[in-house]
Amino acid sequence: MKYLDEYRDGELTKKVLVEIEKTVTRPWKIMEVCGGQTHSIIKSGLDQLLPPEIDLVHGPGCPVCVTPLELIDKAIALASQPDIIFTSYGDMLRVPGSERDLFSVKAAGGDVRIVYSPLDALKIAQDNPEKTVVFFGIGFETTAPANAMAVMQAKNQGIENFAMLVSHVTVPPAITALLESPDVQVNGFLAAGHVCTVMGYWEYEQLVEKYKVPVVVMGFEPVDIARALLMCVKQLEEGRAEVENAYARSVNPDGNQPAQDIINQVFKHTDRAWRGIGVIPKSGYQLQDAYAQYDAELRFPEIQTIAPQEPSVCISGLVLQGLKKPNECTAFGVQCTPENPLGATMVSSEGACAAYYQYGRYAISLEEDKITR
Amino acid sequence: MTDSLNITSWTCPLPLQNYPTIVMGHGSGGKMMSDLIRYMFLPLMENEALAPLGDAAVLELDKGTRIAFSTDSFVVNPLFFPGGNIGELAVYGTVNDLAMTGAQPLFLSAGFILEEGLPMETLGELTTSFASAAEKAHVQVVTGDTKVVNKGHGDGLYINTTGIGLIPPEIAIAPGNAQPGDAVIVSGTIGDHGMAIMSVREGLEFETQIVSDTAPLHELVETMLAASNEIHCLRDATRGGIAAALNELAKSSRVGITFEEGLVPLRPAVKAACEMLGMDPYYVANEGKLVAITNREVAEEVLVAMHSHPLGQDAAIIGEVTADHPGMVLSKTGIGGSRVVDLPAGELLPRIC
Repeated sequence: MKYLDEYRDGELTKKVLVEIEKTVTRPWKIMEVCGGQTHSIIKSGLDQLLPPEIDLVHGPGCPVCVTPLELIDKAIALASQPDIIFTSYGDMLRVPGSERDLFSVKAAGGDVRIVYSPLDALKIAQDNPEKTVVFFGIGFETTAPANAMAVMQAKNQGIENFAMLVSHVTVPPAITALLESPDVQVNGFLAAGHVCTVMGYWEYEQLVEKYKVPVVVMGFEPVDIARALLMCVKQLEEGRAEVENAYARSVNPDGNQPAQDIINQVFKHTDRAWRGIGVIPKSGYQLQDAYAQYDAELRFPEIQTIAPQEPSVCISGLVLQGLKKPNECTAFGVQCTPENPLGATMVSSEGACAAYYQYGRYAISLEEDKITR
Repeated sequence: MTDSLNITSWTCPLPLQNYPTIVMGHGSGGKMMSDLIRYMFLPLMENEALAPLGDAAVLELDKGTRIAFSTDSFVVNPLFFPGGNIGELAVYGTVNDLAMTGAQPLFLSAGFILEEGLPMETLGELTTSFASAAEKAHVQVVTGDTKVVNKGHGDGLYINTTGIGLIPPEIAIAPGNAQPGDAVIVSGTIGDHGMAIMSVREGLEFETQIVSDTAPLHELVETMLAASNEIHCLRDATRGGIAAALNELAKSSRVGITFEEGLVPLRPAVKAACEMLGMDPYYVANEGKLVAITNREVAEEVLVAMHSHPLGQDAAIIGEVTADHPGMVLSKTGIGGSRVVDLPAGELLPRIC
């Protein structure tokens, strides 16, 4: 496939890996922010091919994983109502709430439907005027424009039986929170290429300035990842801290202006709880007042009192902050598997724990063998 | 690690640990379904013929006569899809299950569960297709059943077929027969059926239409067996894709399997669709593809024979059976890394971004 196979080329990747090996002289902890990148790294086995000095830690960039328990429970409450059609991206259905997941709601007779785009949800609303269609609006800046577009179209077309349960999060405040935390010691960041495609990377300039950490915008294929890593390692070895773009075929400094405009028209910044991490100031979007009538939490005030506590055994919060690796959790692969996930990082195919479980188990068991020998 | 779950010591069919009710994932051909079978059904029904959990049971009658016996239910929606329909699928699905023992399929039953309101014309079209598929596969439909359910209690039409086939002597194909050193063969491009269904069901349109690979595999198997008797395992790579098929064989034979990603035949359109939806083609269903494990010495001969058959033209040796990592399937990635290709957990879910 064009623009894909070239970036999965084994020889090219190996060449860059050799460069990294030549460049690196001491240990560096580097965080890839996006869950899609974590997945690519583990799926291609790239992590096994890196020199031992490089410690990749997995960031909080899985929108499914960081959606707070409270919103999952609210989603479940809404989806259980007989006059609601609840629509969602597929991987949200498996995320456990306090007691059950959306699959269970479906099994109990709830009308839960997977859609590929929020505009499909809007279509369902038009086709089912006697029901209210709620779309689970989750994701980073990547999905925000499409979700904003759905709300805007609902308003423009006067589709009143549509509402959105909004749980949008944004990347830069999360990176700031990580940099501010005394426990997190990350030397460099690999920024999420798709988020930057929408938002550009100008926002990172001040972060780099203030915290003196390199940020390299990274794509999603092995060659992209290896190149971004090389650029990051070079900066670290040379004592530089800059914003660099290793995904120029998709990302420009200012991002996609029309997409940003529509986000700003429909959403405003709000404080947002991240599952396993806590509330990060100004790290989420909520609907602007002009679109408040489409806010599911306002339309169904009965769900506002739902406020569950997260269970304690799961360390997904620490995993999302890069403080622990998935296999350092006592529950990993034992009580916690993709079929019985304790935390959201095990649920989404973008979650770090799921990526470790699916693709990395063999490598981990080999490593453990080496240690015990 | 999955096997060290506490549930391994269970002997009575307690409800599964997660869900107090059946969810769609229990029918996905993955780990949830495998657990359901292992912990709910098997303890109550265990016997020698059932134990190997092959695509079909092998039953030994008098004088060394062996028959293959299998059943399958078809609930595909939509009833018509690019490259096939539920009628022919219901024939070929059971024919293929029988063929995976090396059997010559002979007889089929037909159970039709019809939903009130199903147009007679649709039923006629599907039945015609069912009958001509049976004729094409040289199987006779010798018994049947018809039920009608209330409107809203079925997707128009469900079909169950049960089949009987005769296994020629000197053939010993079973899920537990793989040996370290054996070659792993896949009979053609993977994921075609699953992505064809998904593209119509979800209204996705691609430049090239993806067509289901629905086809009867018994003649291909016959061709393979004519080339060599040393075919150790055959598996119909339906739900759960080649990932599930290879995992089941690795577990039954207590061996490891390693395959090269670059060697697995994959159509560009299927690859593109999988990329778009964030799905792994190894997990996507096929309806006319098998995986075979053969003695390494005869693998090339078997492959040449497969290439001579229309349904095996794209067949490829994709990997080998190892004594390492028993019960586990690994793939070597394009950049020289490796990863575990586990059983899928539950339903395949499209990714958010």
